[in-house]
Amino acid sequence: MPETAMAEAPVKAATGGNILQVRNLEAWYGESHILHGINFDVNAGEVVTLLGRNGAGKTTTLKSIMGIISKRAGSIQFNNQEIIRATSDKIARMGIAFCPEERGIFSSLDVKENLLLPPVVRAGGLPLEQIFDLFPNLKERLSSQGTKLSGGEQQMLAIARILRTGASFLMLDEPTEGLAPVIIQQIGHTIARLKKEGFTILLVEQNFRFASTVADRYYVVEHGKIIDGFSNAELAANMDKLHTYLGV
Amino acid sequence: MQALYAQLLVGLINGSFYALLSLGLAVIFGMLNIINFAHGALYMMGAFAAYFLLNVGGISYWWALLLAPIIVGIFGMILERTMLKFLTGLDHLYGLLLTFGIALIVQGVFQNYFGSSGLPYAIPDQLKGGMNLGFMFLPIYRGWVVVFSLVVCLGTWFLIEKTRLGAYLRAATENPTLVRAFGINVPRMITLTYGLGVGLAALAGVLSAPINQVRPLMGADLIIVVFAVVVIGGMGSIMGSIITGFALGVIEGLTKYFYPEASNTVVFVLMVLVLLVKPTGLTGRAA
Ligand SMILES: Nc1ncnc2c1ncn2[C@@H]1O[C@H](COP(=O)(O)OP(=O)(O)OP(=O)(O)O)[C@@H](O)[C@H]1O
Ligand SMILES: [Mg+2]
Repeated sequence: MPETAMAEAPVKAATGGNILQVRNLEAWYGESHILHGINFDVNAGEVVTLLGRNGAGKTTTLKSIMGIISKRAGSIQFNNQEIIRATSDKIARMGIAFCPEERGIFSSLDVKENLLLPPVVRAGGLPLEQIFDLFPNLKERLSSQGTKLSGGEQQMLAIARILRTGASFLMLDEPTEGLAPVIIQQIGHTIARLKKEGFTILLVEQNFRFASTVADRYYVVEHGKIIDGFSNAELAANMDKLHTYLGV
Repeated sequence: MQALYAQLLVGLINGSFYALLSLGLAVIFGMLNIINFAHGALYMMGAFAAYFLLNVGGISYWWALLLAPIIVGIFGMILERTMLKFLTGLDHLYGLLLTFGIALIVQGVFQNYFGSSGLPYAIPDQLKGGMNLGFMFLPIYRGWVVVFSLVVCLGTWFLIEKTRLGAYLRAATENPTLVRAFGINVPRMITLTYGLGVGLAALAGVLSAPINQVRPLMGADLIIVVFAVVVIGGMGSIMGSIITGFALGVIEGLTKYFYPEASNTVVFVLMVLVLLVKPTGLTGRAA
């Protein structure tokens, strides 16, 4: 798909109203220009996945939406409000929550403190019982030091802590990276269940076999641009292209 | 024996000041990554604030314990907002030079107006006199300083290690970007943290006013020893800086009794030894 067409006619949405609209998003780390005009949309209740090779700019896209990258241009509308110039604490308070690739569990906090750290920004977050229902492992480790958890448990904690806050738009950056198949499956179930609860999820994944179990739509990121997009139903038809894009 | 107890008491008092000051330094370093060389000058400002509150405003020592830390804390927060803030991400050296410069300016201004001699500050009536403990005579004010400092230190420890606010603080020390992305106004928290550290220094200044008089350079002399305490204890730990502060005061006091010639240098000798064995300090993390 030609890039110019992307801006005017993003891939057709599967459900609900438009919740996130990214237009001509550019971002820089210092002097290096990383995103060169990203365009995509996320609709309420969808799971949208960004695919792309290492270094394509997926994490940078999430961080730009979250306001973590200070040098950015273009337009990001969340619930019809422009947030391109907002600081990350303001953006979080508008209802966007971020689970970083490196998980970001705090070593000077125990599991309970890690879990309760993100402040509640609005009503409607999951109650603790429901979170422990999703992640029973965490309940038994509440007083452990955060970074003493296993990799999988840390990933669960990183997801769990953003479910309490009332944010309804979640950005998960490679939640399955480096995890065993059983745990990947558990995270897949969790995402499916969150979707059922009404969360909107923007997922970054390298593993599109995993992504295909949860995603409604895909965008492919390459060299800081969205080069393609399709729905889950079109996945099979796009397999060959996808292999080329991802080099797998 | 009497003399030993007397030196122990002096040691505990000095230890109280070391603990309050190094605790403030540790809190500031954790959050702002700045080695706050202005700490001694801010301690001095605390004593002067108490002096002016009493002599100009007629406001008692008890109110000064509360008001002086707030006044000087606000001054500190203004420093943070107008200057220190811009050093985020730079080498420690910049913060050190800036705060050192601030200390020189503040001390210079006070010296210009008040000279170098001490202004008296009377012990409040309720804490005058002493108690005979049998084995020694305890001036009540000195006992009060030790107990009150200990309470304030432990209170600060509790605030940072055991409360929700403290969890924000610890988390922001580790990863301010992520904490901000959770919706917490980290820049404001940094300003308040600097205010807290400065307030602790000012509180130490108020406590010291009746003991050491109020002098423009009272902090300049003390801060050198406090930095040695911080190096020994390590910058990273709250409890570490409290314990090291009191312990070194006591060690200093004991040295004064057993080998007075070394009493002024013992802290620095210990500092060298610790640096040789464990460069990050006894409880510290790498700076
Ligand atoms: N902090 C940084 N400073 C400078 N350049 C960076 C920084 N972080 C990422 N980059 C560069 O930006 C580009 C995009 O990185 P990004 O992390 O967004 O990729 P990604 O698609 O998430 O890759 P991966 O799948 O490996 O996580 C890469 O070329 C990377 O080297
Ligand atoms: Mg990434």
